[in-house]
Amino acid sequence: MSQHTILLDKHLQYGAKIVDFAGWQMPINYGSQMEEHKQVRTDAGMFDVSHMVVLDLEGGKVIDFLKYLLANDVSKITSSAGKALYSCMLNERGGVIDDLIVYYLNQQWFRMVVNAATREKDIAWIKQHAAAFDVSVKEGTSLAMIAVQGPNAIEKALSVMSADCKQVASGLKRFVGQPCGDWFIGRTGYTGEDGFEIMLPETEAATFWDKLAEAGVKPIGLGARDTLRLEAGMNLYGTDMDEQTSPLQAGLGWTIAMQDEREFIGREALAAEKAAGPVMKFVGLVLQGKGVLRGHQKVVIEDDAEGEITSGTFSPSMGVAIAMARVPAQTTDRVKVDMRGKLVDAKVVKMPFVRDGQVCVEV
Amino acid sequence: MSTIPEEMRYTSSHEWVKLNDDGTVSVGITEHAQELLGDIVFVETPEIDTEFTAGEACCVVESVKAASDIYMPISGEVVDTNGELTDTPDIINSSPYDDGWIFKIKPANEDELEGLMDAQAYEDSIEE
Repeated sequence: MSQHTILLDKHLQYGAKIVDFAGWQMPINYGSQMEEHKQVRTDAGMFDVSHMVVLDLEGGKVIDFLKYLLANDVSKITSSAGKALYSCMLNERGGVIDDLIVYYLNQQWFRMVVNAATREKDIAWIKQHAAAFDVSVKEGTSLAMIAVQGPNAIEKALSVMSADCKQVASGLKRFVGQPCGDWFIGRTGYTGEDGFEIMLPETEAATFWDKLAEAGVKPIGLGARDTLRLEAGMNLYGTDMDEQTSPLQAGLGWTIAMQDEREFIGREALAAEKAAGPVMKFVGLVLQGKGVLRGHQKVVIEDDAEGEITSGTFSPSMGVAIAMARVPAQTTDRVKVDMRGKLVDAKVVKMPFVRDGQVCVEV
Repeated sequence: MSTIPEEMRYTSSHEWVKLNDDGTVSVGITEHAQELLGDIVFVETPEIDTEFTAGEACCVVESVKAASDIYMPISGEVVDTNGELTDTPDIINSSPYDDGWIFKIKPANEDELEGLMDAQAYEDSIEE
């Protein structure tokens, strides 16, 4: 069944090419993906991300619950209201069920944003474990979500917000979100640029979209969303990691909080994996020849060991092909990529490739 | 709907073919093809002097989205390639039928052109 967000008519009005994404009719671009990408890196763009899933978790033991459910530790964010945390939710084998953002709102209330493609299994999994902690799981319905991203995103978004929301939004530090009436504004994103992710009632979404457009914020499709997040070194669930992948082999070791004795789902499996030592690691690649790196291309290192590209694209900011790849742990600074039968040199780099408009790696 | 030039012939794999005054044949991809591919970032043109038979994959056009083979519309020998594509491959997006030509061949047999679609037939084929 094909679903669409409340903004579909707006996308069509703004000239979008519509594609199916996880059962949703979403804009892939509004003309040129490349121009949209550059718009976000140099000015401001807006994304309809209303297909993503908002969950409100409430209960007296919600902190204990999330400390058990998530591989990252929500204790990191309970010092002040609105702080956000990126985490993986793992199965018992240490595989990634989903990656998500969770906001701490108060001792009894967290708001979580999970992926659209994993909606059903996520909710089922969360509810299954929430019962023992007496935590309620409510899906935010009738909410739209618009991300506004880019060096001028904050200024332009603030210019079209209500006085109340403007006051709330202008005081937000990076990676913090706050409610404002029935809106919720987070200073978060998936592009490597500053900006907001704004949840608002569906009934107000089209008007807000138009106002942002009038302020010079251009609509950006899923195509540019993918090249922006890849440049920013941000993983995409289902592509860079899934239930068969350990976060330790997906570049997500930094999100696994194992310093103390906290018991969380998947911990034992990860501890065993750590004890055994790394087999594969997750790296960035920059192609040293012509062509475009693509997902599933084979990566070859010396002594015939192999890895695989998980996400690849042409980087509009760098003018060369870049990729994320899972490669043997012994990989050094050079690899070869099997591109349609030809072995082409690629350089191994530390991600991100681009952050806040600046290229961070050597081409 | 964009206009499909009348003076060209077309393949079902979305190449266009134009017979030039000097007897060579220019080849490119159609407006419809460039739209499907999206922003083109790299073109691997065929080697000059190489002979291909009709239907053979002879070069690659890569967009941000995908890599796509270009098939030789009629048999012949490559005599020229569009050097502009090295630095500005996106001219295929902005001018697929003109500045964005990809290569020229000396046809083995000009009559093979008759086997390709005319503008009307191509238009009908992509509307299906």
